[in-house]
Amino acid sequence: MEWLKRNQITVGAGLVILVAAYVFYAVNSNVATSMFSGAWFFAVPLVLGALTGVVGERSGVVNIGIEGQMLVAAFAAFFSAAATGSLIVGVLVGMLAGIAMGAFLALTTVKGLMDQIIAGVVINIVATGLTSFFYRPGKVLSANMPQWEVPLLSKIPLIGDVFFQSGPIALFALVSVPVVHFALFRTRWGLRTRSIGEYPSAADTAGIDVIRMRLVNVTIGGIFAGAAGAYLSMEATGGFERGMTAGRGFLALAILIFGGWRPLRVFAAALFFGFTNALASQLQGVISIPQQFITLLPYLLTLIVLAVAAGRVRAPAAVGQPFVKGEGS
Amino acid sequence: MSQEATQDTTRDRPVEATDRSAAPAERLLDIEGLSKSFGTVRANRDINLHVGRGEIVALLGENGAGKSTLVKQIFGLIKPDHGTITIKGDASPIKDPKDAIRRGIGMVHQHFQLVPVMTVAENMILGHETTSRGVLDIEGARQLVRELSDKHGLKVDPDVEVEDLPVGTQQRVEILKALSRRVDLLILDEPTAVLTPQETDELLTVMKELAAGGTSIVFITHKLREVLAVADRVYVLRQGGVVGEVATADTDARGLATMMVGRDVVLRVDKEEATPGDDVLSIRDLVVLDDRQLRAVDGFSLDVRAGEIVGVAGVEGNGQRELVEAIAGMRPPQSGRIDLLGKDITKANPHDTHVAGVGHIPEDRERHGLVASYSLADNLVLNRFSEKPFANGFVRDFDEVRKNAEALFTEFDIRAAGVQAMAGSLSGGNKQKVVVAREMSFRPKLLMAAQPTRGVDVGSIEFIHRRIVAARDAGAAVLLVSAELDEVLSLADRIAVIHGGKVVAEMPGKDADRTEIGRLMAGDH
Repeated sequence: MEWLKRNQITVGAGLVILVAAYVFYAVNSNVATSMFSGAWFFAVPLVLGALTGVVGERSGVVNIGIEGQMLVAAFAAFFSAAATGSLIVGVLVGMLAGIAMGAFLALTTVKGLMDQIIAGVVINIVATGLTSFFYRPGKVLSANMPQWEVPLLSKIPLIGDVFFQSGPIALFALVSVPVVHFALFRTRWGLRTRSIGEYPSAADTAGIDVIRMRLVNVTIGGIFAGAAGAYLSMEATGGFERGMTAGRGFLALAILIFGGWRPLRVFAAALFFGFTNALASQLQGVISIPQQFITLLPYLLTLIVLAVAAGRVRAPAAVGQPFVKGEGS
Repeated sequence: MSQEATQDTTRDRPVEATDRSAAPAERLLDIEGLSKSFGTVRANRDINLHVGRGEIVALLGENGAGKSTLVKQIFGLIKPDHGTITIKGDASPIKDPKDAIRRGIGMVHQHFQLVPVMTVAENMILGHETTSRGVLDIEGARQLVRELSDKHGLKVDPDVEVEDLPVGTQQRVEILKALSRRVDLLILDEPTAVLTPQETDELLTVMKELAAGGTSIVFITHKLREVLAVADRVYVLRQGGVVGEVATADTDARGLATMMVGRDVVLRVDKEEATPGDDVLSIRDLVVLDDRQLRAVDGFSLDVRAGEIVGVAGVEGNGQRELVEAIAGMRPPQSGRIDLLGKDITKANPHDTHVAGVGHIPEDRERHGLVASYSLADNLVLNRFSEKPFANGFVRDFDEVRKNAEALFTEFDIRAAGVQAMAGSLSGGNKQKVVVAREMSFRPKLLMAAQPTRGVDVGSIEFIHRRIVAARDAGAAVLLVSAELDEVLSLADRIAVIHGGKVVAEMPGKDADRTEIGRLMAGDH
């Protein structure tokens, strides 16, 4: 009850949107389903990428390398799946690639005290370079990713079609959001993580090992960006192309900010982005606008959203600042 | 290093042994021969101190006297060079704050160690959370806050985010946090520095109640009133050493003030009789607010003439900082007027005041005096980098900047690796000389020196004092603000005693009576 009271605006807005969506569904079920499916299709990598951001930045480490993490993971996932012929191996390798990139960010910035922005830029550049260099055209996956139907839930009109009849990575994203949210706000890990991202010296005097916790969080947090990469190359398209992330990592970063570093809001923000994108595609037939402007829309929206949101949301206070024991207490 | 080690064994071991048998059982904390140096500065020297159960002990002294260094050693934040700290009969070294907490020491830092965006309950359990099946037991944390706050009479709402609380309540949370870990000895580092007078009174009441309940308290302050109000005993620190220990029942504000400023040999400064000229600085009815929006400077009036040194003496926290910042243009005054050579500089910014001829040696040289990551050469022209000869139009002239630095190095005896060395790499004394050199080298009309020798080694103190006198003799008006009464007495041609933000007395510096000034500083007038 108390939770409801505190989040009444969010919950209220959610309900309004839900009702609107079902009204839409009642008017034209086919168009509604395809639009919302398109929205979720677009939103999955954004949600996952932003979750990597949530875990890292809540711990006090800026991650602008999500784009690179995703790209390397997309590459690793696709080519390992193509080489072994196993989809599971592909997905796992993608996630591991995300974790490995996370470990790089963690070691350079938390241990090595490298500037976090620079480390993120390095990741992005290295990712583009490596994946372009080793890219070989002509490889294909042995099979398509399966479509899973969640029992019972997939029978719900609209929601079931959109969220509960999809590939494994999209489902992983769907499950990850509430899990990370709960972990962040209701568990010991979450309390400590938030404390090291807000005021590490307070955490330190309370006996928390700030350095170790940041290392672990930033590393493990890479799993989501890894999954996002695997989604792009395996689940969404079934192929790898140079630079295929196409700025989605940066969109995820925008969503992270728009969502106020809270997984549930991040989820809503990503859906909003996805929906605008789907809407634009729908409108293409109705009013004549060049295709280029349609693809431009998410990026334009990012600009607007960030300009509006930037002043209102508040980042974890210690984000971007290296922690050195004994300073500032 | 080896010499230190031998000294350690020969001196401390026997003391520790005899002490253990001699110490009365109720002694909670016993410190013997504690010394700590940072580089060449001896922050603590041979300190002996003890605290009994349920006793409130005040550490009194000016900033830089070594109070914070002392308590940080008790809490395990820094390690002593020599000496022992015995807690409840256990003299083993305190490894870190965790170890200190385990042994019953709690500390409320001057900067609160609370996460602002978390609730009181969350802050309370951070670091030793209880969970049930992985879920944080927030209800238990709330309960804990309520219990503790009932038990100690400290009202706090467990569900409010810390940042929404007034500073005084945040401090309560800190105290409760310490109490939740079963402390025997609570250390409060300048607990009243951030509080309003009302909050201060509340805190003092709380301290008394805690002590009555058996908790010992060590608290740092430089405010005499607080010491007399709550402490059982007081240790007065000066220049790293204990210069006096007295039961508060046996002393008064005057006695403490005298102890604080000391009876040490006055640092001799040879100077001629002043030959004052016309008014350079003229302050009328100045009112300046501090960071808490209280009237720190409250109707201050003073004139400083060319060729004289006017010393502002007073216990710290009586508006000196705000006064200096207002004159320098760093803090806009609420009302009143500041004139420099007949020109109104009340609303001037720091650059304007510099142009008008004010040289400012700031109290906090690390924050306001230097840019640590710039070279010394650049630091020496910080206020003039865009003026001739250091720049031609938009282009800086690095040759001139370097020549200027080299000349000032010689003139002011600055010891550094070179003019391109980073300012942050210097010792305190040399940093201060850089600031002094910069502010004096442009021949200011008014030289304003705030705590010019704080945290500076003795050699540099003498040097800086001589330079200040030289500036006077060259015709500058000098406003010296210092918490060291000795410094004011040895330098000033005229002394203005500040208390409660206004001048309570003015007198010639020659033959000024130390006891009289001490009495005035304590607010007895």
